[in-house]
Amino acid sequence: MRSRRARIGLTVLILVYLWTFLSPLVAAWDWSAKDLSAFLEPPGGSHWWGTTQTGEDVYAQSMRGLQRSLSTGLLAGPLATVIAAVVGSLAGYFGGWTDRILMWGTDLLLVVPAFVLVAIASPALNGGSFLWLVLVMAGLVWMITARVVRSMARELRERPFVQAARYTGMGPLSIIYRHVLPNTASILIIDATISMASVVLLESALSYFGFGVQSPDVSLGTLIRDGTRTLAYPWLFLPPSLLLIGAVLVVNYTGDGLRDALDPGSERARRVTGS
Amino acid sequence: MGGYLLRRGVVGLALAFCAVFLTYCLTALTFDPLAALRSRTPPVPPSVIAAKSAELHLDQPVPQRFLTWFLAVVHGDLGRTNSGTAIDAEILDRIGVSLRLFVLGSAIGILLGILVGVLGATRQYRFSDHVGTLVSFVLLSTPVFLSATLLKYAAIELNQAVGHNVLLFTGEYEPTVSGGFWPHAVDRLQHLVLPTLSIAAAQIALYSRYQRNAMLDVLGSDFLRTAAAKGLTRNQAIRRHGLRVAVLPIVTMLVFSSGLMIVGGVITESVFTWNGMGRWLIDGIATQDTTIVTTVTLFVAVVVLLCGTVSDLLYAALDPRVREVR
Repeated sequence: MRSRRARIGLTVLILVYLWTFLSPLVAAWDWSAKDLSAFLEPPGGSHWWGTTQTGEDVYAQSMRGLQRSLSTGLLAGPLATVIAAVVGSLAGYFGGWTDRILMWGTDLLLVVPAFVLVAIASPALNGGSFLWLVLVMAGLVWMITARVVRSMARELRERPFVQAARYTGMGPLSIIYRHVLPNTASILIIDATISMASVVLLESALSYFGFGVQSPDVSLGTLIRDGTRTLAYPWLFLPPSLLLIGAVLVVNYTGDGLRDALDPGSERARRVTGS
Repeated sequence: MGGYLLRRGVVGLALAFCAVFLTYCLTALTFDPLAALRSRTPPVPPSVIAAKSAELHLDQPVPQRFLTWFLAVVHGDLGRTNSGTAIDAEILDRIGVSLRLFVLGSAIGILLGILVGVLGATRQYRFSDHVGTLVSFVLLSTPVFLSATLLKYAAIELNQAVGHNVLLFTGEYEPTVSGGFWPHAVDRLQHLVLPTLSIAAAQIALYSRYQRNAMLDVLGSDFLRTAAAKGLTRNQAIRRHGLRVAVLPIVTMLVFSSGLMIVGGVITESVFTWNGMGRWLIDGIATQDTTIVTTVTLFVAVVVLLCGTVSDLLYAALDPRVREVR
């Protein structure tokens, strides 16, 4: 990897993610444990970041939440990019009705608010399976990338090397796989990081409103929601808030570094989403 | 241009219809509006539940319910919520509340975003540029519900420091305010500052990043050198020729940002308890109300499609090349 910034970002991300798994070995309290002798204690002592109204350890819960958020992002971000690559390249390469129908579906998903889609999917989500959440998140953030890939595939279709491949009798699907997708790879890699950031933001927003991760499990979104019921105890909401901002910041930083390394001088406007 | 607009309008209407149809059918299939009634203690007699079910036409098949609702909508009646209030009675107020937030927030977001972006590009790699980049990165990494909550927290601290309530964060206005025009105006303004700020912050950050990139591309272009060669100063050249081209990407962004505004609107309205369309959506989902959710979807579809059209028109107005092609 040529970019120093991407390398730094990726290293920090991996170390933090690993730490969320290792931390229970070091920390005094488990995220699901309740210390009945310490309610709403400020940071200090064996509760490094204090405790909640029910005696839960804020540090352990924040680490668990961070792990949940990062796992969702790491799985759903790349998955969204795969969906975008498949839909976009098929639509762009084949054109005609394939293109029209696929882009209609894409636009439809852009028009219907994410909250509605999640509300519709929530019976499945309430079943509690983490993979469902990943699938729903990926299904909510692939659309704009698909449009970008489509326009690139349309352009690539007319290039001499793709036409040459066609004259040698190569099937359209293998042309897409061998020639079209590799030429969109740099955009796709960059987009996977951006989608990751979007997923982490979206997941926390949905969890904040009670649509994402369900109790007893925690995510940064649910922790911030519970911590901000009253704003009188800053240690309840500041740690998960800062961790969330920090995590997304590192992902965005990595994406920016990757862009500089893989996509120099691109005029493609930077797509950085927030929700 | 007229033909293009017409075609676009037809496609847009079809898209809005599909979105509304899908939302209605899927929510009608998955929502359970009687759940709240059934879980009430002491238990509600089955006859009451059956009556409510009949009132909401839950006994009819979903396509038939959709058709009934849709035909009424075409005649200007948007139907009733589960609790029986007419959507028509509420929707205009709520649209007004949401649009006030959207329009103000995006106007501030676009103007400040362009300003910060242009300044960043003309002073590339100076101190102010680095600060702008850092701030916009942090803002883009902060979800709206969090920035809104942190703003609220800051406002509480500020109010305590000053000694009386300067910034207010519940609702659009205080119903208890008396007196003439001025107290009301001040009260509205006190309520308006924080939500507008929270919805504008993300947009300022987003637009300034795009604008900085676009401006950097323009600054290195030949036509600015030509303008300088014919005797304009650098600032004049940027103002008269550069800005117009550099603003183009922002105009395309309007479509995507309309989505951002709506998501931001849903969250901002909920955090600051503004009774707009966004909060209605959350309420509608919470009460499992198909009519409310579909109505909000219709509104969102119309806003997104309108923004798309406006951005195309603006693009054509700013870039003569596009006008000729169409």
